[in-house]
Amino acid sequence: MAYKTIVEDNIDILVCGAGLGGTGAAWEARFWGQDKKVVIAEKANIDRSGAVAQGLYAINCYMGTRWGENNPEDHVRYARIDLMGMVREDLLFDMARHVDSTVHQFEEWGLPLMRDPKTGAYQREGRWQIMIHGESYKPIVAEAAKKSADTIYNRICVTHLLMDESKENRVAGAVGFNVRTGNYHVFKSKTVIVAAGGASMIFKPRSVGEGAGRVWYAPWSSGSAYGLLINAGAKMTQMENRIVLARFKDGYGPVGAYFLHLKTRTQNCNGEEYESKWWPQLQEMVGKEYLDPEVSHRTHRPIPTCLRNHAFLNEVNAGRGPIHMVTMEAFQDPHLEEVGWENFLGMTVGQAVLWAATDVDPKNENPELTTSEPYVMGSHATGCGAWCSGPEDVSPPEYFWGYNRMTSVEGLFGAGDAVGGTPHAFSSGSFTEGRLAAKAACKYIDDGKADGIRVSDSQINKRKEEIYKPLEHYKIYSNEVVAGSVNPNFINPRQGLDRLQKLMDEYCGGVTVSYMTNEKLLNIGLKKMHILEEDLDKLAAEDIHELLRAWELKHRVRTAESVFQHTLFRKETRWPGYYYRGDYMKLDDKNWHHLTVSRRDPKTGEYTMEKAPCYHLVDKDEAPAEPEKAEA
Amino acid sequence: MPTFVYMTRCDGCGYCVDICPSDIMHIDETTRRAYNIEPNMCWECFSCVKACPHHAIDVRGYADFAPLGHSVRVDRDEERGTIAWKIKFRDGREKEFLSPITTKPWGKHIPQLADVPAPDKSMRDSQLLFNEPKYIRMDEGDLHTLEAAGLKLKEGVYY
Repeated sequence: MAYKTIVEDNIDILVCGAGLGGTGAAWEARFWGQDKKVVIAEKANIDRSGAVAQGLYAINCYMGTRWGENNPEDHVRYARIDLMGMVREDLLFDMARHVDSTVHQFEEWGLPLMRDPKTGAYQREGRWQIMIHGESYKPIVAEAAKKSADTIYNRICVTHLLMDESKENRVAGAVGFNVRTGNYHVFKSKTVIVAAGGASMIFKPRSVGEGAGRVWYAPWSSGSAYGLLINAGAKMTQMENRIVLARFKDGYGPVGAYFLHLKTRTQNCNGEEYESKWWPQLQEMVGKEYLDPEVSHRTHRPIPTCLRNHAFLNEVNAGRGPIHMVTMEAFQDPHLEEVGWENFLGMTVGQAVLWAATDVDPKNENPELTTSEPYVMGSHATGCGAWCSGPEDVSPPEYFWGYNRMTSVEGLFGAGDAVGGTPHAFSSGSFTEGRLAAKAACKYIDDGKADGIRVSDSQINKRKEEIYKPLEHYKIYSNEVVAGSVNPNFINPRQGLDRLQKLMDEYCGGVTVSYMTNEKLLNIGLKKMHILEEDLDKLAAEDIHELLRAWELKHRVRTAESVFQHTLFRKETRWPGYYYRGDYMKLDDKNWHHLTVSRRDPKTGEYTMEKAPCYHLVDKDEAPAEPEKAEA
Repeated sequence: MPTFVYMTRCDGCGYCVDICPSDIMHIDETTRRAYNIEPNMCWECFSCVKACPHHAIDVRGYADFAPLGHSVRVDRDEERGTIAWKIKFRDGREKEFLSPITTKPWGKHIPQLADVPAPDKSMRDSQLLFNEPKYIRMDEGDLHTLEAAGLKLKEGVYY
């Protein structure tokens, strides 16, 4: 093969993926490891990569402890109720107590944060969100990472982690290929921080054809955060907790600022408020513990996002769609109108394009909303990801094995989407998690834990062969047919992706089945997944770009398999509105107030499932919110 | 909303190829100009549109739901630290917006951490990150702990 092999040796900290998590890791690693070699391997260009590539109009996780707004334990309570109890409170608390320092740094670096003219505090759009002009959010944090890393390799698709051959279950680096030159890259490293993306497009999107890439989460987020970790034998948690988002129809424009800052509301086709109608029925499914509108009203405790989805879905299924966002009132105020539009331009330009194309001006017309296909990620309002160690001063023994954010594989750390059980981290929290992982990785090396790592040439060569196999396969078989993409000996990555999306949608609870599944469906789906995996062995790539898509597909398939296994294991409907187990429609706290943990044996491909304790470290009761105090 | 490239404006400089997060802006071998090789993997993130020095890249709404006849143009100016948007509806109405992208010049305000004093052992053993605790509360307040808030670590509950 004509491609060169390029080896980077003696790396101390390898950061795989440089979105918000990876940039945070590289930045902080330089402070704690001034003598250490820090290298970034990024699939795109670090200046515009990851989910924040096009910008972000809000920082969705900021405590404001400085202004007396919230304390970290408040955030734990919030994320816990939003995820129906299922979170790693130690990791959440730890992220929350550091996140403000991250945001304050961002402001010092030049990120334009809006301020409330009356109080001088950052302009809030909700209890946890502050408003920013974030078009250049990613280039700004990329500058920080570029100043800290020794070397940045852009356009490297990391396909596998390297494993140490002198000690079992210890990481030794990573391998991948350059999507432009095709060269094979070997990174030998003492520690690896996986800060790759979660999974978009593992479920069939609502749009079709040319529109298939118009999804809510970035189409280049290919589940590598999970594909890399699962294949290395890391334990995963909460992979059943996929997220479905209520968004502006077709464009997937965000609704957060609209609800919270512009004070818009939703209504059904008759112009009626519909959510509260569904609460009594839903309360029977999930119990008063998780849905108590009176308490929510009194304490400002939010109604969990998934339950609001449930009301939306049921209203539409009852024939009272479409659901509209009432924007016509707020948009009469020119300032609010500007905020509404810039909210899109700063982070979801596609929505503005759609409204321009369809002559929808939200000042004169209430736009339609819909629910998205499901996504698997660990940093937004859902907590999929690796089972990681927490910090030593907060975590109970089951959650602590020495190094913060270290997975169950030694020397292998996670940040952002890669860390499980820590929803509501968003951009600032992911950057913070990267910082925490980097400090811990430096400590791990200083403690001598990474001594004596050995990687044989045979491991490196085996991976090389595996990586380029789709190109070989194409070369051998494409000439058997006259032309075209229909071939009895192979499928191409797009065909594979279409098959994955169809079976995830139909068997694992996507949009076309109203997010419904059951044991029988899941088992059939898993069987089809295994056959798909056999076919992936015959995946063919015409060029290096298709090879990139081939490996993205492989990571997506591995992620999807894990979602199947976890969904099958949790025999209850913990998050109605995200998905439903038709055979166990009720939330079952008696048997399932647990975190789910899986491990895939890298040698056999067998999954081991277990329940892990769900520790509640923060008290449930919160002081009543300010207005209540005033009344008292 | 996939991107496309105007033949007469593109000079094949490759800025879009360099920045595209989805690796879909490529140079056509015959015309030596850029084009979108895979529209159905485009996120209309506008990274290439913003990067193009000739305003040669544009976006058209996805064919499965967007009619023709609209445009959303952008001009990102790093020197002035602003981004300007011009939205043209299908029926001819227009809207314009201008926002800041940074409050400080690029390249100068993010410190080199290799140059700051190295952390000592007590810092390494603590839970603090770089510039903490100062940057957490900006008032010399220390790292937030449950104890500091008058709360006791609740004993783990195994359900």
